Amino acid sequence: MGNLKYFSNGILKENPIFVLVLGTCPALAVTTAAINGLGMGAATTFVLVCSNLIVALFKNYIPEKLRIAAFIVIIATFVTIVDLVMKAYSPDLYKALGIFIPLIVVNCIILGRAEAFAQKNRVLPALLDGLGMGLGFTIAITLMASIREILGNGTIFNLRLFGENTTTMLLFILPPGAFVTYGLLIATMNQIKLKYNI
Amino acid sequence: MEYIILIISAVLVNNVVLVQFLGICPFLGVSGKIDTSAGMGMAVVFVMSLANLVTYLIQNYILIPLHIEYMQTIIFIFVIAFLVQVVEIILKKAAPALYQALGIYLPLITTNCAVLGTAILAVQKDLNMIMSVVYAASIAVGFTLALILLAGIREQLTLAETPRGMKGFPLSLITAGLLSLAFMGFSGIVK
Repeated sequence: MGNLKYFSNGILKENPIFVLVLGTCPALAVTTAAINGLGMGAATTFVLVCSNLIVALFKNYIPEKLRIAAFIVIIATFVTIVDLVMKAYSPDLYKALGIFIPLIVVNCIILGRAEAFAQKNRVLPALLDGLGMGLGFTIAITLMASIREILGNGTIFNLRLFGENTTTMLLFILPPGAFVTYGLLIATMNQIKLKYNI
Repeated sequence: MEYIILIISAVLVNNVVLVQFLGICPFLGVSGKIDTSAGMGMAVVFVMSLANLVTYLIQNYILIPLHIEYMQTIIFIFVIAFLVQVVEIILKKAAPALYQALGIYLPLITTNCAVLGTAILAVQKDLNMIMSVVYAASIAVGFTLALILLAGIREQLTLAETPRGMKGFPLSLITAGLLSLAFMGFSGIVK
């Protein structure tokens, strides 16, 4: 039961996108279609879980002063794995996510969790924390991507929701739509929190 | 002519923050005041130009001859982290006031995805050495421009009455959205 707390923490209470506001670049950039959001979420979760695991395993061997450099090498290794695997098996998604795949390496959530959590905890909590944070990130950006895809393109996961000739709000899949959607989502979260005093 | 197009494209048409979504963290984090924004902007211009020069040399004289292009991400992030450290040490000595003001955000340039992103984009675009540095400098100027514009608006907004839930990030994001809308007016100037 105690361990479950580490897992649920990242999904709600410390959701990286809506509460901590970390890792905002991919959240804004790749959320033009729900499938991209899901793909990015999966890639980030993989890197987050693996890096948390390795950091927790080797925490006693990493010298204090070199820890950031060590974390970055660990993270960059897994990002390179994701990059090559995705290029080989899912070229369409790879093309859609583009530059943001190598940029997972500078996603603040991953380094943040290695520094703030994994290096101070045992393997199992670190693993669950990575999984929870990754899942929270995935849910948040998939939600955002779905909203943008529905409003901007009239589809969700490429399924058409409205008739052929429906006019959609194209603005939502363009850059300004990303900022506005994200802003309104955080505002909604804040309002709910204020109202129910969570 | 080639250079003019490259510069206009990087500063206005494909603005790094408002159109390409790189470097959002410092964009939202440091944009509270115009002074700090300008300081951050200068640091980014310097680091980015230097980073692109170094990464260009590494890509063409180390990674490609040795056929280890897949090491790109790891090597580049290391070079950038190193450069940021150097800039930090120089700034600490030369301009302590600015160093104080930038605080946590200077080390965070390491994780400023705009720096790594620009280095990788320059390699992908196959730019030559001078163009690569010009490209990086223009991207950084575009970043500074967006940062200062947002800071100016946010300074005014602190006086406005806003709903409680909208305070902070949501308001900045929606302001950024409007700025991004304005910058869309530039699309079509180049290509």
